[in-house]
Amino acid sequence: MFGAGGGTSSYREVEETDLLILWGSNARETHPIFFHHVLKAVRRGASLHVVDPRRTGSAQWADTWLGLDVGSDIALANTVAREIIHAGLANEAFISRATSGFAEYRASVEQWTLEEGERVTGVPAQTIRELAHAYARAERAILCWTLGITEHVTGVDNVLALINLALLTGHVGRYGSGLNPLRGQNNVQGGGDMGAIPNKLPGFQDVQDDQDARARFEAAWGTKLAPKHGWHLSQMFEAMEHGELNTLYVLGENPAQSEADSKKSLALLEGLDFLIAQDIIMTKTCDMADVVFPSSASWCEADGGTVTNSERRVQRMRKALDPPGLARDDHWIICELARRLGHDWGHPSLEQAWEELRSLSPMHRGMSYARLEETGGLQWPCPSEDHPGSLFLHGRLWEEPVQGPPAPFSIATWAPPIDELSEEFPIRLTTGRRLDSYNTGVQTNLYSSPLRHGETLDLCPEDAASLDVEPGEIVRISSRRGSIEAPVRLESALRPGLAFMTIHFGDDVDVNVLTTDSNDAKSGTAEFKATAIRIDKRGSGEREAAGVASGEAGR
Amino acid sequence: MDVHLLDAEPTAAERDAVDAFLGPPMSSWVGADRVDDGHSAHGGHSARAERHQLLPTLHALQEHAGWISPGGLNYIARRLTIPPADVYGVATFYALFSVEPRAPRVVHVCDDVVCRCAGSESLIATLTEAVGPPGADLDGTSWLPSPCLGQCDRAPAALVIESGESPVERELTAVDVDGLLAVIDGATPSPPRSAVPPQSAGSGLRLLRRIGQIDPESLDDYRAHGGYAALRRALDLGPEGVIREVNDSKLMGRGGAAFPTGRKWDAVARQPRRPHYLICNADESEPGTFKDRVILEGDPFSVIEAMTIAAYATGCEHGYVYLRGEYPLAQRRLEHALEQARDRGLLGQDIFSRGLSFDIELRKGAGAYICGEETAIFGSIEGFRGEPRNKPPFPVERGLFGQPTVVNNVETLVNTLPIVLGGGAAFAAIGTERSTGSKLFCVSGAVEQPGTFEVPFGTTLRELLELAGGVSSGRSLSAVLLGGAAGSFVTPKDLDLPLTLEDTRAAGTTLGSGVVVAIDESVDIGRLLTVIAAFFRDESCGQCVPCRVGTVRQEEAVARLVSGRIRGTVQDELSLIAEIGEAMRDASICGLGQTASAAIESAIGRLGVFDGGTRS
Repeated sequence: MFGAGGGTSSYREVEETDLLILWGSNARETHPIFFHHVLKAVRRGASLHVVDPRRTGSAQWADTWLGLDVGSDIALANTVAREIIHAGLANEAFISRATSGFAEYRASVEQWTLEEGERVTGVPAQTIRELAHAYARAERAILCWTLGITEHVTGVDNVLALINLALLTGHVGRYGSGLNPLRGQNNVQGGGDMGAIPNKLPGFQDVQDDQDARARFEAAWGTKLAPKHGWHLSQMFEAMEHGELNTLYVLGENPAQSEADSKKSLALLEGLDFLIAQDIIMTKTCDMADVVFPSSASWCEADGGTVTNSERRVQRMRKALDPPGLARDDHWIICELARRLGHDWGHPSLEQAWEELRSLSPMHRGMSYARLEETGGLQWPCPSEDHPGSLFLHGRLWEEPVQGPPAPFSIATWAPPIDELSEEFPIRLTTGRRLDSYNTGVQTNLYSSPLRHGETLDLCPEDAASLDVEPGEIVRISSRRGSIEAPVRLESALRPGLAFMTIHFGDDVDVNVLTTDSNDAKSGTAEFKATAIRIDKRGSGEREAAGVASGEAGR
Repeated sequence: MDVHLLDAEPTAAERDAVDAFLGPPMSSWVGADRVDDGHSAHGGHSARAERHQLLPTLHALQEHAGWISPGGLNYIARRLTIPPADVYGVATFYALFSVEPRAPRVVHVCDDVVCRCAGSESLIATLTEAVGPPGADLDGTSWLPSPCLGQCDRAPAALVIESGESPVERELTAVDVDGLLAVIDGATPSPPRSAVPPQSAGSGLRLLRRIGQIDPESLDDYRAHGGYAALRRALDLGPEGVIREVNDSKLMGRGGAAFPTGRKWDAVARQPRRPHYLICNADESEPGTFKDRVILEGDPFSVIEAMTIAAYATGCEHGYVYLRGEYPLAQRRLEHALEQARDRGLLGQDIFSRGLSFDIELRKGAGAYICGEETAIFGSIEGFRGEPRNKPPFPVERGLFGQPTVVNNVETLVNTLPIVLGGGAAFAAIGTERSTGSKLFCVSGAVEQPGTFEVPFGTTLRELLELAGGVSSGRSLSAVLLGGAAGSFVTPKDLDLPLTLEDTRAAGTTLGSGVVVAIDESVDIGRLLTVIAAFFRDESCGQCVPCRVGTVRQEEAVARLVSGRIRGTVQDELSLIAEIGEAMRDASICGLGQTASAAIESAIGRLGVFDGGTRS
């Protein structure tokens, strides 16, 4: 929101807040450890509000569940905002001293009456009003979101629309009030912090705009850095399509199965001149690669290193096992690759690499290995060795006078999902994850789980009845891009017109054949969450399905 | 055990049974047919606040469907937003609920201490031979052995529970094989009769004076016999005045723990946190205890009046009667009395036009001895497993729903009526210096006239047995079990023991809840010990390890001694029992574990039951 990408609050604050909103997040299944913190708050008496098209396991714990239609998040957020403003519940003191752009923002949400909000989102006006009033009146409130917000063509605007709500009510920069994107792995946060994103150097220093930072890195590395943002994932696939990208080095990712519109993305990966895959497991992407580097598992086999969790806490990793066979630590492989390519960086230890980071990233400067060891982890920003780390971010907005630039309101304009529902594709498919499986299943399909039942097409009982399909019956599922087959499963968390599938079992059912690679120009994230599909019984629907497939040729 | 996902759906009848109790579901997300509500739902704290409905909802399902099926269980979980595993944990806590299919009609045949003394063992043997083993479905009826049903004055006893559209529960008393077989064959048991105290009316009875003399279903009759005079007097005294009288009376709790009632009331009255709750503990499940049943069946309005006085004194607006699940007649009488009292404005808002508001909810247990423990009762009412809680905090600070709570036994409460009417000092003049007033004793076993007797504290055991007609003719007394399974055995040499709290304590025994079981020489005490040991093993809630493991080890050791297949010497086994008892006394958080070895150790120490070696 204000430069650095990280959750503003600590887990402790989550436990001690008064109101929690999970927006586009089924944390109970997808962030179960975080959900324990949520439950501590709930058991203390905090109210929980869940915004999700499905009535998920998380929603079952909620005081109110707002089951908005897929892709109507901005409409809902703007309606909540208008209601807060019109009810006189906006935090005017905070808005006037710590924010900018409120007048334009207020004008932009004016059209979103409760009635209009209900019309677009499907959520009853009264329920929207309840959420608006509860959030605005809460003494402390934390808003959390995940991929239900970001995996849309309007993903960035979705996030901005939520940030607006926090600015409107002053629910940021105070103990127990904040904004938190939940991270799906132990080190998603750390990856971004270390600069594994196309536009930032380590410590969220912009490679293009921050000339001083760039100069520091250039001096330290003894090389010139191109002052331009790199490609994000979607742009890389576009570059492959245009023939601008022909060699790919993939570390710990499985794009052969994780990308939207997988038929297309597989073809692009196959068309590469050279593909290197580095992983702890032989993934589908490794199968396709020209060279595979087996790497050690960083959380137990690598000698040292750090991870950073959703509350920005940097923690030390320790080696417990020797890696098997020829597997090597990631950083050893990278340095060795550099050496073979003519750049001998030697083989620095992970602590030496960390020391270099500390010298270049101000927000990590105070975190020596010794301090991380002693404290059990420190939260960035931690600019000096006598700094205790930061419990929450943006406290500056409450300082008198406000330090630094005001926090800007953004105009977020609602647009429906790209993949429109039509007579031919009347059902909205949304994808997600389940408790016992993770993403493409690379890490989780190796062990068995009593909860796992493979890929299914989840439908509400009413839709199953009207389609005349039985639980377990294999049906054909088609989108504008292709079709797959999967067994039907009844799911009472869904409502008519809304279907759900996971992405965990790509070897059996490649759900991403259906999804669109249309992506948010600002983030490059594809709209995994909103696909228009049709469902046909096998046999009777064959001809229509064939028609769909041929229709695709013109795309 | 494997993890199973239960996606079973309820039958229409199961849904109806649950909905009839909880009311129709408000949204499709908790079970209604889908209307237009697919875009929102409310729940969370407000839904979870209904958790206390779990136990009565399980009753509703069990009563109508005969068992708690996976589909029915799931439906209850959905309606109350409780995880199904949690509902399962609660349902399986209670003996009267079954999560396996069960015949719609079940005859529970008591095989506990007193009924055994009355020949239930041979009754059950004959039954097994005639119709098959327990649990076998005989044309829609099955029979099961049961722990004490609280009908020891009319042993042997059984309880028929018939599920279906109009569920029926009926107690069978002084039953014989032919009677039982007829009922299993489908005969409708004759309506139960209330127990009439054997003592003649007017012989100084205070607590039992109305029983058998009035119509327990008539509020007018109750009032004509002095009912509601005490409440009127209490309202004149004011809350502090009532507590002062109760303090002056030196009334001690009659449930077994003998805590000063006035101190308890005073502590709750002083708690600034509101609301306060009152619980009348009518879960008397101690084998051999039936006194509270006699009051509830014969004088139910007295319990309501006494609770109203307690609520007035301690600032409670809401009270519960927690009634054990095996007392259908007491339940009907109490339900009827509550209804009448409400109709007449004696419960509800502005009682006697004196600004007093108080109402009572009846909560029915489902066969769990531990729920009579004063903190386990909270969990049970709240919809959790009835597991005791650590003290402190004490119930007077944090009890039911975490609020200040008075928990009193039925007999304790009805004692406050004469205290308020006649004054605490007059009450304290009865009995002894430290055990004031009169006490109800449940005399059963080998006496001519078993029943509930009211005598002043200080009456000797011999006098009490004589009051009960003496030892049955042709029998000779070998032991007396005082205080029930959690009490201890005394010998015929101890008959001059004055029955007071202080004298029994000095003699190393206890009055407990007033159980006096006379045992004659025809009864094999070793076998009785196996019953007592099995009872504690079965009723241990399993929360504290010493009790969970200790009650099993104790039962095994007793079984080895009784069967003669001992490990090492008899002395080794006896030392083991003593050591287990010590561990349970030291390290269990509630009275169950702390007293689980008392009767057995007293039989070893005082009766010398294994002195001659093993029993084989």
